Amino acid sequence: MEGLAFDIAHLLAGGMLLVSFMMIYQDRLLALLKVFALQALVLSLSVAWQAYQQDAPHLYVTAAIALIFKAVIIPIALRRIVLQLGIQRQVETVVGIGLTMLAGIGLSALSIVLMLKVTAAADAFAREDLAFALSVVLLGLLMMVTRSNAVSQVVGFMSLENGMILAAAGAKGMPLVVEISVAFSVLVAFIVIGVFLFRLRERFDSVDITALEDVRGDQE
Amino acid sequence: MAAVDVSVLLAACLLVLGPLAVVLQRQPWLSAVVYAVAALLCAGFALVGLVALAGPASGSALVLPIGLPWIGAHLRLDLLSSFFLVVLGLGGSITSLYAIGYGRHEHAPLRVLAFYPPFLGAMALVLLADDAYTFLLSWEVMSLLSWALVLTHHREEDTRTAGYVYLVMAGFGTMALLLAFGLLAGADGGYGFDAMRGAVRSPLIVAVVLGLMLLGAGSKAGLAPLHVWLPLAHPAAPSHVSALMSGVMTKVALYGFIRVVFDLLGPLEWWAAPVVIFLGAATAVLGILLAMMETDIKRALAYSTIENIGVIFAALGLALAFRANGLTAAAALAFSAALFHIFNHMAFKSLLFMGAGAVLNATGLRDLDRLGGLIHRMPVTAFLMLVGVLAISALPPLNGFASEWLLFQAVLMSPGIPQSGLQLMIPAAGGGLALAAALAAAAFVRIYGVGFLGRARSDAAGSAVEVDRFSLTAMGILAAICVLAGIFPGVVLDAMAPVVQAVIGGRLPVQANESLFTIVPIAEARSSYNGFLVFIFVAFCASAASWAVHRFASRQLRRAPAWDCGFPDASTMTQYSAGGMAQPLRRVLGSTLLAARERVEMPEPGDRRPARLVVRVADLVWQVIYLPISGLVGAVATRMDRLQFLTIRLYLSLVFGLLILLLIGLMLWQ
Repeated sequence: MEGLAFDIAHLLAGGMLLVSFMMIYQDRLLALLKVFALQALVLSLSVAWQAYQQDAPHLYVTAAIALIFKAVIIPIALRRIVLQLGIQRQVETVVGIGLTMLAGIGLSALSIVLMLKVTAAADAFAREDLAFALSVVLLGLLMMVTRSNAVSQVVGFMSLENGMILAAAGAKGMPLVVEISVAFSVLVAFIVIGVFLFRLRERFDSVDITALEDVRGDQE
Repeated sequence: MAAVDVSVLLAACLLVLGPLAVVLQRQPWLSAVVYAVAALLCAGFALVGLVALAGPASGSALVLPIGLPWIGAHLRLDLLSSFFLVVLGLGGSITSLYAIGYGRHEHAPLRVLAFYPPFLGAMALVLLADDAYTFLLSWEVMSLLSWALVLTHHREEDTRTAGYVYLVMAGFGTMALLLAFGLLAGADGGYGFDAMRGAVRSPLIVAVVLGLMLLGAGSKAGLAPLHVWLPLAHPAAPSHVSALMSGVMTKVALYGFIRVVFDLLGPLEWWAAPVVIFLGAATAVLGILLAMMETDIKRALAYSTIENIGVIFAALGLALAFRANGLTAAAALAFSAALFHIFNHMAFKSLLFMGAGAVLNATGLRDLDRLGGLIHRMPVTAFLMLVGVLAISALPPLNGFASEWLLFQAVLMSPGIPQSGLQLMIPAAGGGLALAAALAAAAFVRIYGVGFLGRARSDAAGSAVEVDRFSLTAMGILAAICVLAGIFPGVVLDAMAPVVQAVIGGRLPVQANESLFTIVPIAEARSSYNGFLVFIFVAFCASAASWAVHRFASRQLRRAPAWDCGFPDASTMTQYSAGGMAQPLRRVLGSTLLAARERVEMPEPGDRRPARLVVRVADLVWQVIYLPISGLVGAVATRMDRLQFLTIRLYLSLVFGLLILLLIGLMLWQ
């Protein structure tokens, strides 16, 4: 992969990472969902470009799954949940935004240095793609760690999945089965957690997961 | 049908017999039939083993398509397995015969019936296994089934403690074995025993495997300092299971040790030997000292098992020392002594546990200080016990003497070893073994004298009745084996000579060339032992003495105050007690080795309490090794307990932090 094709793939993968940083920065739920939809859109573009480049039509399916489920259905559904619950104004970040951004930059640096070192034998694009994907995964994890709201944790989890699909699409010859299963697992996770949120709301009048700890009866 | 097919079939029948007993639980005849079938199947083992002992050295092999995919279960009955299969078959069938009578007295027979036959089957599969996976699986099944059998009387607090300690130690032992086999298989993963035999290993790997085998097989056999579970668990089980665990299961553990150290690991350097010899001799002395102090009859027998395991390990260590130096004849002598003692210990320890079971059945008591006078109430049991006690005390002409004599002959061969360290050490270890043999005699005089002689110390002991015929028959067969193997040791040695030849590469002189009763370890000019001659001599002297007493003693009727020194009119407590008989040895040897302390509690003037002598004996191994370890584990667990109550986000953070750490580590390491 050379020339313009490499640049475009590189741009899209880098775009994913950029959007991940945008997600960390957002402290409002509805804005966060919009950014997540944007990330899914970039992901589907990236995967579609890979499908075109690798001449692998099954990757178009993955791109479509990313576009339809993650860029449209899930954000809309989550947005409805947020509106229904009336929690559109709250984002309780545990760590300050600035500090989180700094940590995110550190994680990206770590994953790029690590991946470039480990995959010295692979071709240039695969190395960069894996580095970006690992950064996106780590940033998704970082988001799950630094937010205490259940909805933003779900978003962080799905962002993590996006990073995995980015890596899977970049590797040549990855079978379709895996991508579909990953996509479905995200969907299932979404449904389960959606239901869970409603029950949580019904019972405790809050989607803050600290409410769960009271139920366990632990002495914190 | 090859021998291995038959034995696997028998083992499978035993494995099925347990669940079958559960299905048929309502039948009144169930217990007797299950034990009878188990006895027949085990007799089959003994027969197959005997046939295979005469067969080719490589034995017969079988691959079953079960177990790990693409590998299957490899089974083989070679000479070493055959010998142990004979031990298992004899021990198992006679114990099952005993259990036909004994099992009737169980309150919940199904708790034993469901596990007893599969336990036998699993032990047989351990002996037959020819790859690491089958071996470990059978070993673990054997451990778990024996654990379930130990817990038969689970309502007693002591039994639950014993079960817990046993489970922990068994898990630890299996873990050690797992690691040992992992190292034996190497990076290529050759889990068949054939592949392991051919592999080349560095000395470090060999040393680690030897250490792990001492931990794994040693903990199951009862090697100090891993013996602590044994005196708790063996007596807690019903007596026929105790007999099986002490008489047979410890031998299966020894088989595991021999299989790996003598066979799979290849030729060892000489440094391996002193470790094994030292552990064996120390185990022997410690075990028998503890047996001497114990007043619970079954526990004392379990401690004596530890002593015998020590003796066998010492003999195996001697064999290693001789083999490493190319002294094949001496190595064959030591190894023959070990195998012979394995066979003998199966016979007399099973007999003694059955006798203890008979006593327990008749009186409900295990405490020596409440027994006494049983020779009048249970004459046949008392006579058979006497044979067992004489055999285990290594008195000629019984079998225990023959094997220990061979062992000491091997000790006397030690000047041929070039390493001066071993030359110094082996006679010292021999001294320890001689001490253990003498103490064993003292310990069993005490058990027999307090338990069976004198007058009954409790009503239960005074009203005991003789046990049933099945039990007596089983004990009689074992007593006969003890006597016959003592008088004709040459026959046994010739029968096991192919095993020694296969493992060591040499053998004892053919005993059948000598007179029928003589055994010759190296050459007739050097030493020989004729059990029959000793038997004739003992029989003649005893008859002559008895005749002389009756002939020359005055027949005139005499009247005199009967034994004025407090006997026999006052309390039965004036007799020698078990604690009293142990006191001299406790004072001489126990004060340092066992931290024995005695204290007289005098009541204040005017207080009407009786004065008391309080004796405290402790197994130092508990205090020095196990209590600190369990304390450490407890402290760490208390600290880690807080980890159970973190918030979900903190758990995520922990995972996240660990991931980052690992990634950084990967980055730095690459």
